[in-house]
Amino acid sequence: MDFRFDILVEYIPFFVKGTLLTIGLSLVGILIGTVLGLLIGLGKMMRNKPIAFLCSCYITFFRGTPLYVQLLLIHFGVVPLLTGNTNGILASIIALSLIAGAYISEIFRAGIQSIDKGQMEAARSLGMNHVQSMKDVILPQAFKRMIPPLGNEFIVLIKESSLASLVAAPELMYYGRALGSQYFRVWEPYLTAALIYLVLTTSLSYLLNRLERRLATE
Amino acid sequence: MIEVKNLKKSFGSNEVLKDINAFINPKEVVVVIGPSGSGKSTFLRCLNLLESITAGHVTIEGVDITDKKTDINKVRTEVGMVFQQFNLFPHKTVIDNIMLAPMRVRKLSAEEAREKGLELLRKVGLKEKADAYPDSLSGGQKQRVAIARALAMEPKIMLFDEPTSALDPEMVGEVLEVMKQLALEGMTMVVVTHEMGFAREVGDRVLFMDGGYIVEENEPKQLFENPQHDRTKSFLSKVL
Ligand SMILES: Nc1ncnc2c1ncn2[C@@H]1O[C@H](COP(=O)(O)OP(=O)(O)OP(=O)(O)O)[C@@H](O)[C@H]1O
Ligand SMILES: [Mg+2]
Repeated sequence: MDFRFDILVEYIPFFVKGTLLTIGLSLVGILIGTVLGLLIGLGKMMRNKPIAFLCSCYITFFRGTPLYVQLLLIHFGVVPLLTGNTNGILASIIALSLIAGAYISEIFRAGIQSIDKGQMEAARSLGMNHVQSMKDVILPQAFKRMIPPLGNEFIVLIKESSLASLVAAPELMYYGRALGSQYFRVWEPYLTAALIYLVLTTSLSYLLNRLERRLATE
Repeated sequence: MIEVKNLKKSFGSNEVLKDINAFINPKEVVVVIGPSGSGKSTFLRCLNLLESITAGHVTIEGVDITDKKTDINKVRTEVGMVFQQFNLFPHKTVIDNIMLAPMRVRKLSAEEAREKGLELLRKVGLKEKADAYPDSLSGGQKQRVAIARALAMEPKIMLFDEPTSALDPEMVGEVLEVMKQLALEGMTMVVVTHEMGFAREVGDRVLFMDGGYIVEENEPKQLFENPQHDRTKSFLSKVL
């Protein structure tokens, strides 16, 4: 097996651009997904039955179907419906945010439910209302417990964002595939892409580990 | 001050409080004793609606708290509660634990709340722990902070649910001492406890609960030395 570094060198600017978009897609996905996850998670815990049911449906759908299918639906269905055109980046952002929202809502719910019920009782017994107790007592503790699983979700999202190449969003895998088909090569583009993904995910998990240890000793 | 009429409480089909009638006078210290599972905690938790009431009425300072129109948060500001497991907020320092509710509910400024908090900490002997986190405190210290936190709302009534049961034996005394001090200052208190010495010394009245009823009540001396019911006798023979 010969390994052609010359075509890799030629593709460096593309890999850089692609990697930046990969980071961008997953970052936007995790941010919007977190906001969505909070809303959906709260909605599912609400006593209002219709809202709780809708939130459950949302979670079931996005966790129970492949991202690839969601991506195609959004790319060829939802986005054209909304904007009149297809747009790979927009479709990818929407799909990644929606699936992240579904997983994060469960992370969020688990975080809240992991807080001892004595905490809510103590807050309520002091005369604080439900919203105050949530905001000042429950959520700050729950957020701390959510950080590790949120970090995992971020890592998952970085990897899953590679599917965006299938709707022509020019991220890392998109350029990997472009190189592959231009030169009919396999090892150079895909090993390079794998290496870049590894660097992204391992450095993120290193940062997360440090953050977790910082929080644990606080 | 507190009047309980025909109070019933069920968890599903399990009727835990069957027909409770009781009153608590201002400045009175009422001690509730009884075997495990007799409904002592449930009774106490009905008094500030931490448990919903199935039937009957609880009137606090003339306000029927079972009435749908009653603002329960308002009632709870008048009724402090101390839990067996302390339930301090672990993400907040001792002083922040105490300041939180007065600021949020009573709308005190941070300075006012801090000043009051420090005064209360001095009272329970923990002023130097103001900036510590709960995790760094001993059980006895945690419970004294929890008492200070409840007092910061200036409640008219204090409920204690086995406040010393989770403590190592050598720390029980310091907590009971704070409670005794509070009683001497004229606080109205309802205390569920297994500390018969405290009941005898500080209690004005003892309620003995069994099987969801108040079986017997009397002054501590009378109840301990001359119990009328067989169930009271058999319980006391086990704990005294
Ligand atoms: N949230 C709940 N759901 C269902 N059953 C409950 C609940 N809380 C209490 N019970 C039941 O009610 C009964 C009385 O419980 P309670 O905690 O009031 O007893 P207690 O007298 O405080 O006992 P202990 O001395 O062990 O604290 C028990 O049988 C208990 O299992
Ligand atoms: Mg109990």
